[in-house]
Amino acid sequence: MIKEYRTIKEIVSPLMLVRDVEGVTYDELAEIELPNGEIRRCKVLEVNGDTAVVQLFESAAGINLAQSKVRFLGHPLELGVSADMLGRVFNGMGQPIDGGPEILADAYMNINGLPMNPAARDYPNEFIQTGISTIDGLNTLVRGQKLPIFSGSGLPHARLAAQIARQAKVLGDQSANFAVVFAAIGITFEESEYFVQEFKRTGAIDRTVLFTNLADNPAVERIATPRMALTAAEYLAFEKDMHVLVILTDITNYAEALREVSAARKEVPGRRGYPGYLYTDLATMYERAGRRISKRGSITMIPILTMPEDDKTHPIPDLTGYITEGQIILSRDLYRRGINPPVDVLPSLSRLKDKGIGEGKTREDHADTMNQLFAAYSAGKDAKELMTILGESALTPTDLLYAKFATEFEQRYVSQSFEENRSIEETLNLGWELLSILPKSELKRIRPAYIDKYLPAKKS
Amino acid sequence: MSGKIVKVSGPLVVAEGLADANMADVVRVGKERLIGEILTMTGDTASIQVYEETSGLGPGAEVVTTGSPLSVELGPGLLENIYDGIQRPLTEVRERYGSTIARGIDIPALNRTKKWDFVPAVAAGDKVTGGAIIGTVDETSAVQHKIMVPPGVSGVVQSIEAGSFTVEEPVCTVKTDDGSVKALTMMQKWPVRVSRPYLRKSVPTTPLCSGQRVIDTFFPIAKGGTAAVPGPFGSGKTVVQHQLAKWSDVDIVVYIGCGERGNEMTDVLMEFPELSDPRTGEPLMKRTVLIANTSDMPVAAREASIYTGITIAEYFRDMGYDVAVIADSTSRWAEALREMSGRLEEMPGEEGYPAYLASRLAQFYERAGVVECIGGDGRTGSLTAIGAVSPPGGDTSEPVSQATMRIVKVFWGLDASLAYARHFPAINWLTSYSLYLDTLKPWYDEVFGRDFLQNRERAMALLQEEAELQEIVKLVGQDALSAPDRLTLETAKMIREDFLQQNAFVDLDCYSSYGKQSGLLSLILTYNKLCRQALEKDETIVDALFSIEARERIGRAKMVPAEEYQAVYAEIAEEMAQQIAEIIEGGGGK
Repeated sequence: MIKEYRTIKEIVSPLMLVRDVEGVTYDELAEIELPNGEIRRCKVLEVNGDTAVVQLFESAAGINLAQSKVRFLGHPLELGVSADMLGRVFNGMGQPIDGGPEILADAYMNINGLPMNPAARDYPNEFIQTGISTIDGLNTLVRGQKLPIFSGSGLPHARLAAQIARQAKVLGDQSANFAVVFAAIGITFEESEYFVQEFKRTGAIDRTVLFTNLADNPAVERIATPRMALTAAEYLAFEKDMHVLVILTDITNYAEALREVSAARKEVPGRRGYPGYLYTDLATMYERAGRRISKRGSITMIPILTMPEDDKTHPIPDLTGYITEGQIILSRDLYRRGINPPVDVLPSLSRLKDKGIGEGKTREDHADTMNQLFAAYSAGKDAKELMTILGESALTPTDLLYAKFATEFEQRYVSQSFEENRSIEETLNLGWELLSILPKSELKRIRPAYIDKYLPAKKS
Repeated sequence: MSGKIVKVSGPLVVAEGLADANMADVVRVGKERLIGEILTMTGDTASIQVYEETSGLGPGAEVVTTGSPLSVELGPGLLENIYDGIQRPLTEVRERYGSTIARGIDIPALNRTKKWDFVPAVAAGDKVTGGAIIGTVDETSAVQHKIMVPPGVSGVVQSIEAGSFTVEEPVCTVKTDDGSVKALTMMQKWPVRVSRPYLRKSVPTTPLCSGQRVIDTFFPIAKGGTAAVPGPFGSGKTVVQHQLAKWSDVDIVVYIGCGERGNEMTDVLMEFPELSDPRTGEPLMKRTVLIANTSDMPVAAREASIYTGITIAEYFRDMGYDVAVIADSTSRWAEALREMSGRLEEMPGEEGYPAYLASRLAQFYERAGVVECIGGDGRTGSLTAIGAVSPPGGDTSEPVSQATMRIVKVFWGLDASLAYARHFPAINWLTSYSLYLDTLKPWYDEVFGRDFLQNRERAMALLQEEAELQEIVKLVGQDALSAPDRLTLETAKMIREDFLQQNAFVDLDCYSSYGKQSGLLSLILTYNKLCRQALEKDETIVDALFSIEARERIGRAKMVPAEEYQAVYAEIAEEMAQQIAEIIEGGGGK
């Protein structure tokens, strides 16, 4: 028998204080019934004796302190999961909003999940070909990785994410056992609709689970949305053996919702007002990506976040970068120059690339050429910078070649359209073609055997 | 006697009715018997940090004290194992509970059924004190585990038995000084927050050889020393830490993954058994203990993981071994401290960190050192502590970096711009330092001769000069520089690219012996010297000097296999001298 309490003492949105409660536990889910019968959900943040601090997921408007009833449900926030979720659309709290039938749950899973045992992880090392040179060639994505896109407002991160979702494939793996889980966290209808249309266009929609909390939905609900999505992903990956690609956009909105709750609780703020536990909180989401020993499925995660003022040291990108296995950074400068996708190659990184490339995975020369391209592009950018200050005459002949290399590299290697799908062979060969601009003696990072084998002859 | 919960707020639980409990006692909370530790006591009310997720706990649930502080089990079976922050064996957890970490798991840290072959080292009638070695167990093919009398116990051995035993079976009885008879097993327990006793500490005088050129030659750390590796994300902190864990010439490595990525621990777990120690040829895993409290695991246990790790390390140090503790990352540990402090509603210091942050960090690092062990045989052991720091935004003016820098003596500052240029390890040679150079000097002078440190100084001076010249080049261009200055730039570039850069993912390059390091550096410096002499005669030949063929060979010299390097380097040196001589002869017209 679930007790009902009419003892709401205080509401300071999004928090509510309920008195004289009994048997309430931490993190428990609760419902508030308004006098008009409307039901809203909330969860317990703290219990102190007979007082519970409860966080509302929705707006507090209309709650009457005297007449609203609170019921504690005896379990944490859960998501009913089933393979039927594929092709369906849910709101940020996991309720279907596409007009279809309710999901007949196979199981109810706590949306917070459980920490993965590090001794039970399987190291991600299967190369995913995204068809994008800057990712495949230089910042290789592997199955089970979490690789965020650090973007800024007005940059085409949505198109890049859609391109990855559309083109991503594991070479030699013919099984169609993949799924996309997409969580819209506080983004606009238009942005969310762009993804829906993309998934429809490519036919992926039948294999997609969408969770949408749009900009006009309650902000605090956003705290639950990505966890709903990840719970669905875990079910599909580890119970149904699917390879799941999770796209979370936009993490910045999530962090802001977290800050709102923290501020309401009057917690000691960390940097820029974000709570001190932002790192831990983000980690409990990001770390849910991965592979597990003796499970066939995997979760690959692409969180998208917009860096306020394009500042990488802002707490959200900063803490994300400390948790995720690399980052793809978009550059406003490249975008302005019409280079798409505008991936800023030098600060971008994939930490897991080394285990996913090389003989048997991509090609034997991949690691060496990758390092050489990075070094050469970095040297080329320095040379170009010098050239703008001092003029061409101040550069040594080698530096001039480096400058030429940097320009060509941006225009041919980085630049490709959002539609072009390059195979890894094409990407690697293009890299060699560009490296042939430089004198052979500069290619110090490549083993001589590979130079002999792959370096194209100079055009006379 | 048991108490009752009155308040739950995340990992913090407040319970009353615990008048019997001591400060810092381990308690069991709720019907799932979650593990917690008492942080504060007021009357009979205790604030408890719970090492597991507290979801589902509420007022009224039972809290029972175990009466003892948070301790680790020490004995055979530690090596090759992976533990969480409170020493639960994660491989066994996986076997019993599947791929996630459920709550209320209660598995002893050391396997209770496995038998170890115990070989006595003392006989009945021998007098022993705390720390005395009573026998040995060949725990792995690389490490002999020495069974010691627990600190505080002394007396006369009454009986001791050779044979196969589990860690709980007595192997020896001792008649203690007060007349009672004590049975000793191969396992002992020790509270993690108390450092294990030793006779005396001494100043470290031997370098730790890591096989990393920038570390060993430029910024060495001593065995028994302390070091910090700060750097923004993506600058290669973890790779540096892994390299140290792999190649350091110590007997035991304790690697603590504290609030970091799960896959990094998996990487270590999968890679270390495959790699072999360049000195013993044994798999690296045979000398390694892993502590993994990844970022998604409960935050309170993250706070404990650092202490769990260093206590295990001290135990091996007490056997007379050289031990290295590598903690990645101390910033996450500090954040765990901050979170608990916030929940306790303590008055915050800088950036919300508790006021005792600096003293806690100092206590941790101070457990490192070279010590004479207790036990009466004069053996010495060392404990080297290396901690990564993850400053927000890479800005080391924040409290954790600052507090760490006040304590540690070696600072390997990682630099994002070097990482972007794929200069790895991205240790900035201008901001990093090692305060051990003076104390290690006698060792270097004796083992490698005076040249070693003199070469280092010359190379550092060239790099310093390069930084200044670069400023000029940025303003007026290369052309304005004199030929000797251009040579300085060129040599500095060689030091950076051909010496400092080291690829951790290439077999031939990831480990560089001292001999190879000094050989390579003197090749580069010899080039500098010969060219400088040549330029004194004729400055017009500078471009010709820069493009001699031997340069390319120096550029690839780091990839020469360890067995061949001496011959090859000598050959390159000869070639180089000859080519330079030819140019001098040919004059500037060439």
